[in-house]
Amino acid sequence: MTFLAAIGAFVLGALAAVGRVSIFAFDTVSHLARPPWYPREFGVQILQIGWNSLPVVGLTTIFTGGALALQIYAGGARFSAEAVVPQIVAIGMVRELGPVLVGLMIAARVTSSVAAEIATMKVTEQIDALVTLSTHPMKYLTLPRVLAATVVMPVLVAVGDIIGIMGGFVVGVQRLGFNASTYLTNTIDFLEWIDIVSSLSKGAVFGFIAALMGCYFGMRSERGAAGVGSATKGAVVAASVLILAANFILTEMFFAG
Amino acid sequence: MIELKGVHKAFGSKEVLRGVDLVIPKGESMVIIGGSGTGKSVCLKSVLGLVTPDKGEITVEGQDVTRLRQGSRERDAFLARFGMLFQGGALFDSLHVWENVAFRLLRGSLKRPKQEAREIAIEKLRRVGLTPDVADQFPAELSGGMQKRVGLARAIAAEPEIIFFDEPTTGLDPIMSGVINDLIREIVVEMGATAMTITHDMTSVRAIADKVAMLHAGKIRWTGPVAEMDTSGDPYLTQFITGSAEGPIEAVR
Repeated sequence: MTFLAAIGAFVLGALAAVGRVSIFAFDTVSHLARPPWYPREFGVQILQIGWNSLPVVGLTTIFTGGALALQIYAGGARFSAEAVVPQIVAIGMVRELGPVLVGLMIAARVTSSVAAEIATMKVTEQIDALVTLSTHPMKYLTLPRVLAATVVMPVLVAVGDIIGIMGGFVVGVQRLGFNASTYLTNTIDFLEWIDIVSSLSKGAVFGFIAALMGCYFGMRSERGAAGVGSATKGAVVAASVLILAANFILTEMFFAG
Repeated sequence: MIELKGVHKAFGSKEVLRGVDLVIPKGESMVIIGGSGTGKSVCLKSVLGLVTPDKGEITVEGQDVTRLRQGSRERDAFLARFGMLFQGGALFDSLHVWENVAFRLLRGSLKRPKQEAREIAIEKLRRVGLTPDVADQFPAELSGGMQKRVGLARAIAAEPEIIFFDEPTTGLDPIMSGVINDLIREIVVEMGATAMTITHDMTSVRAIADKVAMLHAGKIRWTGPVAEMDTSGDPYLTQFITGSAEGPIEAVR
């Protein structure tokens, strides 16, 4: 019986968490329609989340694109299909690796810092102070972060896609002996609009998830240094898992059937 | 006038407030004393609506404050009459000192031009004994006592009718405590504001209070003018004032 009770408690706990996160998400989005808004905060977050993430996005994707080219060449050689490197690098980066890797890097970089910042504000009563100064924390803290991440992530993913393809291109031309213009022509001819649209849509969804989890866990932080630590950890884990799950669902929606 | 009637609040199974009744007349300075963990902060936060009581009524000038919805215009108007000094200062560390002080003046219903807000901020900083060069520093660059002063400047920036002070002297040396106590007294008197302070620092009580209320076991144990505090005859209050380990309040909590 205790075993069943444990399963029941786990399921109820999980459902309650899903409910809380959903309410938090709806609440956040609903503030889009209700002034006041804080455009300055939004601008700051665009810089923090977007601009400052460019180096890490570039480094992650260029190495991945390069490795991908090597792998496809080696794997393709087993059935004399070395020539597909440009096409597979393009499709692999744009459809999957670009959005997923950038999403996970944003979960590591942005979710963690948002969660730690908001949790610290909660713990040091800064959130209470905001309320007493007639400023709604969801409007002032959550909405600018979530909106900025949602808007800026498609751009980051686009940059990541391009740099990833360039990584494959450099390896393809320098190491594997492809002709540069043929490589580029093959890449561009092969990609379809749906690949790009799916890539950028995934970016927007992942950005939303990453910032939302940071805010959600930050706002619910327990007191003390341990509280901030566990809020940050929870946020990054939840964001990463949800991004991978959402990636599967979105891939299913765009490309299955 | 602030009035609390039968206010109850529990966190999980822990009952913090068990029927608090308290009246703070307009323009008076009420200090609530009591040991750590007796619910002083919860009491204060429930008036501001940061904590929602489970039961009971809280009115400010006859208006029931527990029913104001967060983000509503009525609640904003209600909060605009308040200033609060938080225990740790609760300054926004991403903003400059002057932007902290002028926070309310830079956005929302009390918004005014940036230059004017900055001038008011500098004037308030001067009022709490800080020089204008502090204005462009960040809170993290200031000492604890200076952060408290900035918090105080922020609390009074929008000329509130009601000011709350949460443990204003905690973590300060005795001289700085004295300075802060005097500042609070002066500001409350010159603004004619209603003040509610929570503390366990008896020097603070004597410097700030018109009236004192002692919170114990979730209820107001004793309340009266500060002058009668020493001759109350209440064993709980006497033990608290004298700081004795012997008495009806258990020393180990």
